[in-house]
Amino acid sequence: MQSDASSTPPAPPSAIRGAQATPRLRLRDVTKHFPGCLANDRVSLDLQPGEIHALLGENGAGKSTLVKILYGVQSADSGTIEWEGRPVDIPNPGTARALGIGMVFQHFSLFETLSVADNVALALGSGTGRDASLIQEISRLSEEYGLALDPGRIVHELSVGERQRVEIVRCLMQNPSLIVMDEPTSVLTPHEVTRLFSVLRRLRDEGRTILYISHKLQEIRDLCDRATILRGGKVVASCDPRVETPKSLAALMIGRSFDGPKSDKPVSTGAGVPLLEVHGLSQEAASPFGTSLKNVSLHVRAGEVLGIAGVAGNGQNTLLAALSGESVSPRDDWIKFEGKSIGRVGARGRRDMGITFVPEERLGHGSVPDLSLDENALLSGWRRWGLVRRGLISRGKAREKAETVIEAFNVVSAGSSAAARSLSGGNLQKFIIGREILQEPKLLIAAQPTWGVDAGSAAAIQTALMELARSGAGVIVVSQDLDELFMISDRVAVIFDGHLSESRPTHATTAEEVGLLMGGLFEAAS
Amino acid sequence: MDMLILSSVAVSIMAASTPLLFAAMGELVAEKSGVLNLGVEGMMLAGAVLAFIVGLETGSGILAIAAGAAMGALMAALFAVLTLGLLANQVATGLALTLFGIGLSALLGQSYVGTPIPPLPKLSVGGLSDIPLLGPVVFGQDALVYLSFAMTAGVAYFLYRTRAGLVLRSVGENPHAAHSIGFPVIAIRLAAVLFGGAMAGIGGAYMSLSYTPMWAEGMIAGRGWIALALVVFATWRPARILLGAYLFGGLTIAQLHMQGSGQIEIPAQFLNMVPYLATIVVLVLISRDATRIRLNAPASIGKVFHPDG
Repeated sequence: MQSDASSTPPAPPSAIRGAQATPRLRLRDVTKHFPGCLANDRVSLDLQPGEIHALLGENGAGKSTLVKILYGVQSADSGTIEWEGRPVDIPNPGTARALGIGMVFQHFSLFETLSVADNVALALGSGTGRDASLIQEISRLSEEYGLALDPGRIVHELSVGERQRVEIVRCLMQNPSLIVMDEPTSVLTPHEVTRLFSVLRRLRDEGRTILYISHKLQEIRDLCDRATILRGGKVVASCDPRVETPKSLAALMIGRSFDGPKSDKPVSTGAGVPLLEVHGLSQEAASPFGTSLKNVSLHVRAGEVLGIAGVAGNGQNTLLAALSGESVSPRDDWIKFEGKSIGRVGARGRRDMGITFVPEERLGHGSVPDLSLDENALLSGWRRWGLVRRGLISRGKAREKAETVIEAFNVVSAGSSAAARSLSGGNLQKFIIGREILQEPKLLIAAQPTWGVDAGSAAAIQTALMELARSGAGVIVVSQDLDELFMISDRVAVIFDGHLSESRPTHATTAEEVGLLMGGLFEAAS
Repeated sequence: MDMLILSSVAVSIMAASTPLLFAAMGELVAEKSGVLNLGVEGMMLAGAVLAFIVGLETGSGILAIAAGAAMGALMAALFAVLTLGLLANQVATGLALTLFGIGLSALLGQSYVGTPIPPLPKLSVGGLSDIPLLGPVVFGQDALVYLSFAMTAGVAYFLYRTRAGLVLRSVGENPHAAHSIGFPVIAIRLAAVLFGGAMAGIGGAYMSLSYTPMWAEGMIAGRGWIALALVVFATWRPARILLGAYLFGGLTIAQLHMQGSGQIEIPAQFLNMVPYLATIVVLVLISRDATRIRLNAPASIGKVFHPDG
């Protein structure tokens, strides 16, 4: 019975656009408890055929939980789900797929060591990536929707954008009538986003339903037909995003009016002695799948923010390791700080000089998940804050420092003894940024400072970075988010395949130009 | 005369390699599903003693081998209950399983120590088995030697050519993604661990039924650990495990002959080390490409999986 839904092609758009037919999917009073929190509180939602429906909310608003319930990864405590008018029970992802629900995950659920075709085969009911018919079908679909893919490639070789195409093609292979996309653009270049949107509009016009989860307000206004807004696990509003402004959507999402980052752009004189100079840096990647750096040069002056844009996997990790000192350079004079060669100085030595670092990975690199906040403060700040005397830790002082950070950066936590793991992404990131800023660095290097962070925390972090630069420190921000880079940096450079472009003042360039550079079109943009 | 020595050397190399091949192939499948079972030595011992007892009491080679496999699988089931069901640490549980196997096999085999048993029958194909050199090597082995080759080919085919093998590898690489696609991660791992146990049990059975057809306490003598090392140093690839097992078997026999010849002035202790060192050095040298290691190594190995974690 349930397989009927997947084999029936979606109805043509003309049949459904006008009349309010039976909703494709109807949720009624879906509730899900987790220990200590109510993730979904009587959520009701109707999804119509042929619409792109936005699910909007801050981190922790319950979007992911709701999607997992829809896809059968988790089960609701109470509430009903109706599919095409019939009540259904979705105990596992297999049932969801049989109904015709497809999912494109935020953190790709691909198997890196397997080929594209194997990855697709795994999600289907049978066969392997060696079947000629499957390979043919992948090629046909990817051609039809303009999602260029080579079925024989191993996934680890693919760029993030290509991986997303694999996910989408894998999802389309099952001919779904509802496609759930969890923050699909967070890793794409502007050009790739445009292409994704045209694919999504096409899928909608075929009569499919798309549930689009995001907290990027402009995108939702560009793409979506309707929006449902979640806050604290509840549906707080439902609206037509095309007639709203980003500001009004943000206000609905966070429940109060929202002004964005508060600081003016740092006033950089554009002159003065560079604080950090990198000249001709070439460095092997630490991991076999990383990208090596080729002849990278950059400089940062005191009081300015240098933005480094680029799609993930183009050498950012190698560059960050080289700048932070986590991997030392082959030659000492390739990196100079305040005129001194520091290429062969390790991470601790560079921290002593006043270079602090916020890594991309919050849990496990920026903090130890199972250690408390004061212990995490100790780990990076023990030398600059003098938290260790004659080999012994002064616990009281570490706690005091952690509490200062918590207070100054408005970190919502159960106090300085809370484990880092227990904080939400945004709050942990505020803690980590705050910890590095309060060490009064001369240079702060931050990687993806607001990745996956809710709008309120992101604004606070961006403000803090700009204020740090205004107080006279240099700041390097590596990010994929162009809006962010244009908002906070004075100059922006682009990293592609281990090469770094010349930097340009942000007032003298455009997002389109930087987007071209991010796609590797160095000539076309210059 | 030279031909005779050569063929007896070749036969003894195969005998020395066969138990390693069984145990390593079983462990390969378990590890490819993401489970590190360090209890191979214990499972081999338990398989060896039960196979010996059943062989002695019933006189049936087939029943004896089946008993060895069942005993290995039973030990593996215990490991699976603890690590997959109760989420115990795999390393600690595997070590405990080895210690348990040493004790259990000594207890079960107490009254059988030193009793001889007729070895498993060798194949005999008319005149073919009498061809010099080739005859005894190709046509004169017992069933388990042929089975070990069939298993190697079977495991390679299963892992890289079948859907079930693809699913197993996907579980070993990323159990959370496999779960979100809808594969029963725990059940797949359970099957892989049981297979690994059964193969270790057969490897043990070969030791007590054919290699030295008798039971002696601790007679596996570290072969379980060698099998574990082979899997890792062969970077989880069946053909390299076969190569490693035969390299090790070959060097073991070669150094025995060198000791026996009495013409070489190297202390026996050093010669004893050669197979271990040389096998590891060779496998490391042929497998040092970091990218290929990452492509073959099961990324989730040794990590406890819980659907909600």
